[in-house]
Amino acid sequence: MLSRNPDNYVRETKLDLQRVPRNYDPTLHPFEVPREYVRALNATKLERVFAKPFLASLDGHRDGVNCLAKHPKSLATVLSGACDGEVRIWNQTKQKCIRAIQAYEGFVRGMCTPFCGTSFFTAGDDKTVKQWKMDAPAYGEEEEPLHTILGKTVYTGIDHHWKEAVFATCGQQVDIWDEQRTSPICSMTWGFDSISSVKFNPIERFLLGSCASDRNIVLYDMRQSTPLKTVILDMRTNTISFIFTAANEDYNLYTFDMRALDTPVMVHMDHVSAVFDVDYPPTGKEFVSASFDKSIRIFPVDKSRSREVYHTNRMQHVICVKWTSDSKYIMCGSDEMNIRLWKANVSENLGVLTSREKSAKDYNQKLKEKFRHHPHIKRIARHRHLPKSIYSQIQEQRIMKEARRRKEIHCLKHSKPGSVPIVSEKKKHVVAVVK
Amino acid sequence: MSANRAAESLLALSQWEELVDLPKDCPLSASEDEGDSDGERKHQKLLEAISSLGGKNRRKLAERSEASLKVSEFNVSSEGSGEKLVLADLLEPGKTSSSLATVKKQLNRVKSKKTVELPLNKEEVERIHREVAFNKTSQVLSKWDPIVLKNRQAEQLVFPLEKEQPAFAPIEHVLSGWKARTPLEQEIFNLLQKNKQPVTDPLLTPVEKASLKAMSLEEAQMRRAELQRARALQSYYEARARREKRIKSKKYHRVMKKAKAKQALKEFEQLQKVNPTTALEELEKIEKARMMERMSLKHQNSGKWAKSKAIMAKYDLEARQAIQEQLAKNKELTQKLQVASESEEEEGGTEVEELLFPDAVNEAQVNADGPNPWMLRSCTSDAKEAEIQEDPEQLPEPLAHNVSESEGDERPVAEEEILLTEFEETQSLRKRSELNQDAESVGSQETKDSISQEVLFELRTLSQKLKENRQSRKQKASSVGTVLQVQREEPAPEEEEEPLLLQRPERVQTLEELEELEKEGCFQNELPRPMLEGHQLKKNPNNQTNAPKKKKKEKMIDLQNLLTTKSPSVKSLAVPTTIEELEDEAERDQKQMIKEAFAGDDVIRDFLKEKREAVEASKPQDVDLTLPGWGEWGGVGLKPSAKKRRRFLVKAPEGPPRKDKNLPNVIINEKRNIHAAAHQVRVLPYPFTHHRQFERTIQTPIGSTWNTQRAFQKLTTPKIVTKAGHIIKPIKAEDVGYRSSSRSDLSVVQRNPKRLSARHKKQLKKTL
Repeated sequence: MLSRNPDNYVRETKLDLQRVPRNYDPTLHPFEVPREYVRALNATKLERVFAKPFLASLDGHRDGVNCLAKHPKSLATVLSGACDGEVRIWNQTKQKCIRAIQAYEGFVRGMCTPFCGTSFFTAGDDKTVKQWKMDAPAYGEEEEPLHTILGKTVYTGIDHHWKEAVFATCGQQVDIWDEQRTSPICSMTWGFDSISSVKFNPIERFLLGSCASDRNIVLYDMRQSTPLKTVILDMRTNTISFIFTAANEDYNLYTFDMRALDTPVMVHMDHVSAVFDVDYPPTGKEFVSASFDKSIRIFPVDKSRSREVYHTNRMQHVICVKWTSDSKYIMCGSDEMNIRLWKANVSENLGVLTSREKSAKDYNQKLKEKFRHHPHIKRIARHRHLPKSIYSQIQEQRIMKEARRRKEIHCLKHSKPGSVPIVSEKKKHVVAVVK
Repeated sequence: MSANRAAESLLALSQWEELVDLPKDCPLSASEDEGDSDGERKHQKLLEAISSLGGKNRRKLAERSEASLKVSEFNVSSEGSGEKLVLADLLEPGKTSSSLATVKKQLNRVKSKKTVELPLNKEEVERIHREVAFNKTSQVLSKWDPIVLKNRQAEQLVFPLEKEQPAFAPIEHVLSGWKARTPLEQEIFNLLQKNKQPVTDPLLTPVEKASLKAMSLEEAQMRRAELQRARALQSYYEARARREKRIKSKKYHRVMKKAKAKQALKEFEQLQKVNPTTALEELEKIEKARMMERMSLKHQNSGKWAKSKAIMAKYDLEARQAIQEQLAKNKELTQKLQVASESEEEEGGTEVEELLFPDAVNEAQVNADGPNPWMLRSCTSDAKEAEIQEDPEQLPEPLAHNVSESEGDERPVAEEEILLTEFEETQSLRKRSELNQDAESVGSQETKDSISQEVLFELRTLSQKLKENRQSRKQKASSVGTVLQVQREEPAPEEEEEPLLLQRPERVQTLEELEELEKEGCFQNELPRPMLEGHQLKKNPNNQTNAPKKKKKEKMIDLQNLLTTKSPSVKSLAVPTTIEELEDEAERDQKQMIKEAFAGDDVIRDFLKEKREAVEASKPQDVDLTLPGWGEWGGVGLKPSAKKRRRFLVKAPEGPPRKDKNLPNVIINEKRNIHAAAHQVRVLPYPFTHHRQFERTIQTPIGSTWNTQRAFQKLTTPKIVTKAGHIIKPIKAEDVGYRSSSRSDLSVVQRNPKRLSARHKKQLKKTL
């Protein structure tokens, strides 16, 4: 029956939006699955077409970049320390170096910025910890550190507390310092090997973690000034990041639950060489790792395989990596003296999006997610071009791994049932947990 | 007495000495060395004191016979006596004193003290410390579990977590550093001041305040919404009125006016029923309007337009009609509502009209207004018809049940109707002819009479006819009854036929079985089917189509059964052997057993059925494209014609032969399409537990083509939303309602761990 009700098509006021009648009858819009499938396929292809994550390269260092630090208050500012003892402060938006300080004669081993963002600390090879002003010195003033603390041993790492004026250094032992004093508040040791990195927990701020060259990772409690527990892995851990992932020499990364150290929650394996650095974005769903194999990879926290791999022709061994605190960019410093800036999402449009663009983006994202198991889409989404070195390494390691697996199976087959235990991949890499 | 006293003093002294020594817990040797010189002096004194006493006592002292190496009054050796000497016994005075009780207690305490154990080595201690600290820490960390879980399951996470409160500067601050400079600003300021508009916080004039007080917020909102709605409606109606006004169609306006008038009349009638007083008022108003109309020259034929039309009216039908309309309107408007004096007024009105009108127009007018003989006659005839119609209705009542009973009786009724219509036609024809003949010559009453007579005559004839009919029908009825019986019987044989048809296959089957039995003897299953079919066709060539189909099917199954079942071993009767018989018996027993066990379980038949179904399912389906009601009548219970269906039935092309066509005991599924399989998910993905779940997620579309805008937005919300250029800070315990663990917290931990853990548990419970 035809009916004509003005309420259905007349606007109440002139300013109202025109009503656009739509019929959602499913018979009028057939083939929803195939159509969405095609859309998803197109979205996936376009994602790969627009996958251009590399944004900029900041050059200026005269030696390999050894450490990076984020500014706690300004997104654009990045600090970097090189192997020749030079510290540079960069402006990312302008992609320029704002300031360069010759802080040390040797390596700049570690760098950290306190939460206030007015100064920063550096630790060097010459057994000193120096505090510098963030602002450049006025005209005629000399470039000098605010404070210099001369220690007894070499410091290999430094990190600042997230709320209090306290920082921690590591070397022979983990020292906790008050910013105002020249001697440590307390020092904690466990074992005698040199500790390569120390990190504060950003949420439970009294917790620290360190990793030493005797293959162990130690947790400390700052309040009780005692170590808590140690876990010994197969190989040396280079760095830890405190939502607790350890970057290991055995090409893997291990994510732990601090309360149960005997089994890692996830073993992330995709690198083909030692992993040097790891950093989390503030959203905490993924992390980025830098490796000796000249690439950086992005892993989801709950997946063992990486979702993205970044590499360029000129990028050499990546020493340090940082995810910016707006969770949009990744910076990495590498051996060949450059700091590179990457997008965290490869095909993301960086400009301001209109609402339609935004909804289209969201829709495409959801479609990709929905159809991600379909073979064609999966193939396109997974495909990455890799440099030959990495590619061949992967092949080689696959063969090695397969051989090892085969051997295990043979052992299991030809031994008395129960005599050869089946060890899961997660447990395989943990040697011991020491209380 | 004195001696006694001296002894007492001595005892007291020795006790004192002991007390001095004991708490210090000094070795005895040291006191001996020290006490040598001192002791000698005391000894001398004692001796003197004793010598001053009586001789009796002295002797007693000399008589002391304790066997000890060293005899001293300071030390009492227990050697010689059977029981061990206890310190407390020594303390026992002659009479109990309260001061000694405390001393005793102290003594007890000294005795109960054990040796302190060796401290643990440093490593052990550290390890214990570490373990305790680790437990505490892991407990503290566990409080984050619910939050982590919540965030992991969250549909959407929005970062940064804490909303930045935009800092609004209070208006006083803004105003203090601002001055009205331009004339416009000054004017506005003046206005504000006039209205006593306060600049600072409340920002409401006294009037506004009062109004606010008078109305609650909800009321105000409702009021505002109402006003808004009213305004919107008003504007809408205005627009509509404007639109309608602009419509040029006269017809439309006429129709509208008429509708309005009708509406008004209806309302008036209602008003009369409901509220007579107001109705009276309305009536008065109408009367007044009539008076006004009569006074005015509107709708009289005096206007310019009317005059011109009057001239035109001779030649133009439309003009005539227009004038008539106008006049009718005038009449209508000037008509008085009182019923009693209507005729008089009418007459007067007509007279006036006659006077006013030119002749040519008036004729028509009279014709139109006066009692139309055509109309009248038709009315009367109608009435008669009604009577006539009533008559037969009354008459056939006794027959009614008969009519209802038999379908064949419909015909007579139809006959009656035909007769009636014939009668009517003749009547009307006659009337017309009569009218034509005697239109002017005969008066209207006479004509009426003649007509009525004629009608009566006609009626009579009709009734006679009807009677005759009925009689004939009654006569027929006996004959028809038999016919009907026959007719009724007719369907019965048809019904009988159907069971016969149904039965026939069975019969035939039995026959065929017989034949089969015969043929098995001679042909040994050689081409049984075609032969059998041929037989069937021969046997009953006039059989209906569905019967052979059924037969075929059943036949097929039988055949298969025959194929699969083992043929009974042919025994030569000539050589009967007992062993064989025994074996046969055993076999038979076993078979019997199996048969009993799987009595209702025909696997082969099931399989064949399954296969048949699969074959049927895999056959391409015909497409029926007929549209019911297209090119012919449609409606409930109507089906498109067979021709049409045949025409629009798209026959599906016969597919390639099935792979399992020649494999009786195999079903090969040909559904899988290799080309499609390349695009299909082979393994059920991880979080899904059943393929149906996965299919459902795939089949629900998320695009805006299939979903409303709101649903689309909801379906495509991104998992993580970040704000560009904003630093995301790590989550804080305070943000999620926990106390942040600080240093002071730790000190509590160390002091009384039990209580703290309990409190933590409580906190956890609260948050959970």
